[in-house]
This record gives sequence, structure tokens and C-alpha cells, in this order.
Amino acid sequence: MELLLIFISAALVNNFVLSYFLGICPFIGVSNKTSSAISMGMATTFVMVLTAIVSWLLFNLILVPYNLEFLQIPSFILVIAALVQFVEMVIKKVSQPLYRALGIFLPLITTNCAILGLALLAAMREYDFMESVIFGFGAGAGFTLALVIMAGIREELDLADVPKPFQGAPITLIVAGILALAFMGFAGMI
Amino acid sequence: MKKQVTLLREFTKGLWEINPIFKQILGMCPTLAVTVSAINGIAMALATTFVLVFSSLLISIVRKWIPNQVRIASYIVIIATFVTIVDLVMKAQFVELSKALGPFIPLIVVNCIILGRAEAFASKNNPLRSVLDALGNGVGFLISLFVLGSIREIIGSRTILGYQVLPNGFEPWLIMILPAGAFLTLGLMMGFANMYIERNKNLEREALIAQYKRVGREEITEEVLKEAGV
Repeated sequence: MELLLIFISAALVNNFVLSYFLGICPFIGVSNKTSSAISMGMATTFVMVLTAIVSWLLFNLILVPYNLEFLQIPSFILVIAALVQFVEMVIKKVSQPLYRALGIFLPLITTNCAILGLALLAAMREYDFMESVIFGFGAGAGFTLALVIMAGIREELDLADVPKPFQGAPITLIVAGILALAFMGFAGMI
Repeated sequence: MKKQVTLLREFTKGLWEINPIFKQILGMCPTLAVTVSAINGIAMALATTFVLVFSSLLISIVRKWIPNQVRIASYIVIIATFVTIVDLVMKAQFVELSKALGPFIPLIVVNCIILGRAEAFASKNNPLRSVLDALGNGVGFLISLFVLGSIREIIGSRTILGYQVLPNGFEPWLIMILPAGAFLTLGLMMGFANMYIERNKNLEREALIAQYKRVGREEITEEVLKEAGV
């Protein structure tokens, strides 16, 4: 029950993109087409779950026992960068179709603040191992959901007559604002 | 041969011409998240500027010794070091602010402005220019965050920097301090900024055409105008 709550909270109520403002760059950059939004979302979810596992192990088995918490930021970011690189190599070796679908998005994920934010938030809230993993999965699902909805809206938006100064980033932000309002409807769930 | 620009230009270009928020559209996450009030915006921007200036300086100093293949990783470690310093100082000295900004201080590490300036500028220029460039970008970021934070604070909670500016009769718009308000305000601000730029451009263009006509220049084609930069 507790785990389900964490999942729903991360995916819907406190959606990473729309209420924590994490991962805005890919949210604005990659939300042009639904297909690439789905790939990006899947790649991010995958990395998020792995990050949740690895950063939990790193934090609780190495940093805390040796009183090295002050190294949290550099160690997390290095682990994430290494992890993304590693995942890219493994996927390239194991599955070519998957690599073609996710490949170009993986390097972008290193600088996605949602990933580091996830690791920091999980450490800050002192989640145990299972909770961290579920938190990572929920955050990834929420990110994918927001990205795909946004991509769907933007595909329609291409046909709309947007005033010239508002084309591109400004209208995307305004649409995101309306989407954030809609997601506030989930606030009563927990 | 790259055109040599004056030191002053290195600083001032960051204020508006390549303003991180409005022109480069970088560093959106902290911008949207912390601008619930003007003071949070200022604190966040100062922290970011500190990291930006010192990491630019250090990267620019060691740029010749870093092998090309591992440069991004090296930059990240340098940036992470300065972010850790800021984070620990904030936790010790400004407890309230540190709580309000939450995970966004550590997240300065992945702020694209810093890595962007490191990669695009500090890795190619001498320390003095890099510092000026970083300062300019930092101040540009500060101005953007302050304006955004002020608008949201004034309409959302009737105050600015804690002082009440709107009368009690004004019902605060709750949405402005909620996440949705951040997206809407920034989107509108960007749109209006673009509108202003467009209008200025058109005015400049018309002035140039009028000037050409006065001196009796016949053919005013698109190319001629493009060459004059309008």
C-alpha cells in the first residue's frame, strides 16, 4: 500500500515535470513528435529505475557508513554519467533495434535534471531500497506521461494559428501551464 | 580568425543579447521552480552565478591540460565541487533559504547554463574573458529570475521582497504561486519579449529603408537589408 502511494504520488500528484519542474529541457526540446516522446520517456524511465537502485546502494552502503555525505553531489552525477554511458554500450551490444529507438536520447539523459533530482530526493526522504525503486519507476512513468501528452498537443498546435512572437517556446510553456493546472486535479488523491 | 571583441562586450552580451533564459532557453528548471518570490529568485541566481564564475575561471585556466575526450566529465567534476561549496555554505548560514530552494541548489550541477558556457566559451577563451562572460550570463540570469519572481510574488501574494505593495482589497491570485503560474508567466513574458524585439527590428528596418531612399539608393533588396543586419 505504501509503495502504491509512492508510485501514484511520483507519477501523478507530484509529477516531476509539471509540479517539481524537473526535466523541463527535454520536455520542451523533445516533445515535437509523439513517437520520439515515447522513446525518450522509455529511455528516461529505464535510466531512472537504474539510477534509483545504484544511487541508493552508493549512498547507503558507501557514503553514509564512511561519513562521506558531503560527496553526494559529485558522486551521484559521476555515477549517473557512467551509468548512462554503460547502458548505451550494453543496449548497442544486445539489441540493435532498441539502440536505434533509444540511442540518440541516451546522451541527453545525463544532463536531465530529473535523474539527479530523483537520486537527491530519494536520499533526502530516506526511502528504503524498494521505495527508491518504486519512486524511480513512478517518476519515470510520470515523466513519460507528461511528455507524451505534451507531444500530442504540440502535434495539433502545428496546425493552429499561433501569433508569431509566441511560436516555439512561449506557447509550449503556456500549454504546459494549462497541463499543470489539469494535473492539479490529482491533488486530492492522496 | 575570430573577431576580437572588447572586454566590456563579453560582459554586456549576457545581459540581453544571449540572455540565458530568454534567448538561449537554458536553465529552465530552477527558473520555473524557485521564482515563487523575488528573494528566492535572487538567491538562486546568486548561487548559480557564483558557481558559473568560479567554474568558468577554473575551466579556463586548466583548459589546455584537459584531454578532449574526457572534458565533459572533468567540467562536471569541477562544477560539482563548487556546487557542493555553495550547498554547504547555504545549509550552514542561510537555513531558511536553503529549505525553500530544496534540491535546486544541488541541481545547479546539471543547470545547462553552466555546462553550456563552459563548453561554448570557457574552454576556448582566456580566464579574464571567461570570467566576464560568466558574470554577464549570471547577471542576465539574475535579472530574468528577479523579474519573473517579482511578477509572481506581487500578483500571487501581494508583496515584493516581503513588503506589501498591493492593498488588502486585492484578492491574490493563488495560481501565480502554484506550478501552473510559473509556466504561464514565463510563457507570456517570453512571448511579449519576442513581440518587443520584433517591433524594434521592424522600426530599425524602416528607418534604414527611409535613409537609403533619402540618399537616393535605388535597389533596396532583401540582401542589402540582411547585410545591414536588420
